Amino acid sequence: MAQLTCKNLALGYEGKTVVKDITFSLSQGNYLCIVGENGAGKSTLMKAVLGLKKPLSGTIAHGDGVKATDVGYLPQQTEVQRDFPASVREIVLSGFQNKCGLRPFYNKREKEMVKENLKKMEVAHLEKRCFRELSGGQQQRVLLARALCAGTKMLFLDEPVSGLDPNATAEMYALIRRLNQEDGMTIVMVSHDIEAALTYATHILHLGKEVFFGTKEEYVESDIGRIFMEEQK
Amino acid sequence: MIEALAARISFDGITWQYIKECLEMRSIQYALIVGVVVALCSSLLGVTLVLKRFSLIGDGLSHVAFGAFSVATILSIVSEMVFVLPVTVVCAVLLLRAGQNAKIKGDAAVAMISVGALAVGYLLMNLFPTSSSVSGDVCTSLFGSVAILTIKPTELWLSIGLSAAVILIFILFYNKIFSVTFDENFAQATGVKAQLYNLIIAIVVAVIIVLAMNLVGSLLVSALIIFPALSAMRVFKTFLSVTICSAILSVVCTLLGMLLSIILGMPIGPTIVVTDILVFVIFALTGIIMRGKKA
Repeated sequence: MAQLTCKNLALGYEGKTVVKDITFSLSQGNYLCIVGENGAGKSTLMKAVLGLKKPLSGTIAHGDGVKATDVGYLPQQTEVQRDFPASVREIVLSGFQNKCGLRPFYNKREKEMVKENLKKMEVAHLEKRCFRELSGGQQQRVLLARALCAGTKMLFLDEPVSGLDPNATAEMYALIRRLNQEDGMTIVMVSHDIEAALTYATHILHLGKEVFFGTKEEYVESDIGRIFMEEQK
Repeated sequence: MIEALAARISFDGITWQYIKECLEMRSIQYALIVGVVVALCSSLLGVTLVLKRFSLIGDGLSHVAFGAFSVATILSIVSEMVFVLPVTVVCAVLLLRAGQNAKIKGDAAVAMISVGALAVGYLLMNLFPTSSSVSGDVCTSLFGSVAILTIKPTELWLSIGLSAAVILIFILFYNKIFSVTFDENFAQATGVKAQLYNLIIAIVVAVIIVLAMNLVGSLLVSALIIFPALSAMRVFKTFLSVTICSAILSVVCTLLGMLLSIILGMPIGPTIVVTDILVFVIFALTGIIMRGKKA
């Protein structure tokens, strides 16, 4: 059964359509990369799926027992976070806020899970450090650990490697792959990097004048895929 | 000029006896109590407002409160608070909540409401003067008054009650405030009621501003809110330590400022703010030195 189904989505700003006819569905364990030109609406689609933005038309439905509190999200970093005084621990712990409801404080189990998730992201030693003093790659790992606290069924990543050096990029991709293969998380990633998308993804969603959705193999064979891959080289 | 200043702030005759007498006066004790609780409250949300790029909301909302204050005076509403507080709360909610999607964004919206309310308030005060000295009234509203020294027990308790409520709400919602301040999109996407918590922040901010306005006047409210937070952020690195440090700084600066102003006969609001500025300079230098050592 599908964890996420989008039908005939149209997205845009103030009534102006940017992209339309988006239809796709994802099952548990899928690894979807959303590719396309700049301004094609990749991040907008992700925001719509996460309920941050209303689509102009069409439907978005979660299934297979996935609720809003089952999804993790790695957003693009904002200006605010760059000079935010907070420790790694405080930030990762805040991932559990969606499990709190009206409960004012985090419980013991959640505090232990923070350590575990940091260990999983191989940054356990950074727990006490100040977030703004970390390197870009370390920051992304910390935010990924926070995403794991928020939800373990689906993981949404908005350009997770932008601004990272090649080493950190490769490590980040390896971590995400492990979450997908070992923990069975469904991955949805917005990416600029078509090569990495074709290496790691099981499915591709191409946004543009024409919208393509299919498995990676189908994409490589399709006209739209071939043209795009040619352009990106 | 220095001589004039020296004459104005005369240390002659300021003996321990005089200071002791000052502190034994009931009205001054009341003023100090109110000062401390208001300072404590106003510093709490400073970090959040600075980081959300709403540093000037204190300014904007206090002008709204000033406008509402004029209207209340003209309508001869006995307890202005009853009128001023709801109006300010509504404006705070409009500014902070609509901030994200509105056509007129954050700082422009704050500027618009602030200047508008100030103009309307002043105009109304002129058209329907309730006392002989309009400019005196206006000056008092803007820069704070000695009214804090003539505070009545009922007002004292109202201030203490509201402050206690603010502190309680802040503690209960501390983790939620952190999560919507650090990353509102993430919070909302993962199913946190970010809008609700933003609303609560807006209401608390409005209450704090109305409280603080009595102490330092509307022009200086922003200073009371942001200076302690900015100072603390120079040196401390976790949200909790910054919050605690800014609360302590705020109380210490306010207490020091009030004592200085009472003893030396200087205006209360500006004296507090100057103390805040001095502390900020000290903390900024400390921050630079600390970073230098690390590098």
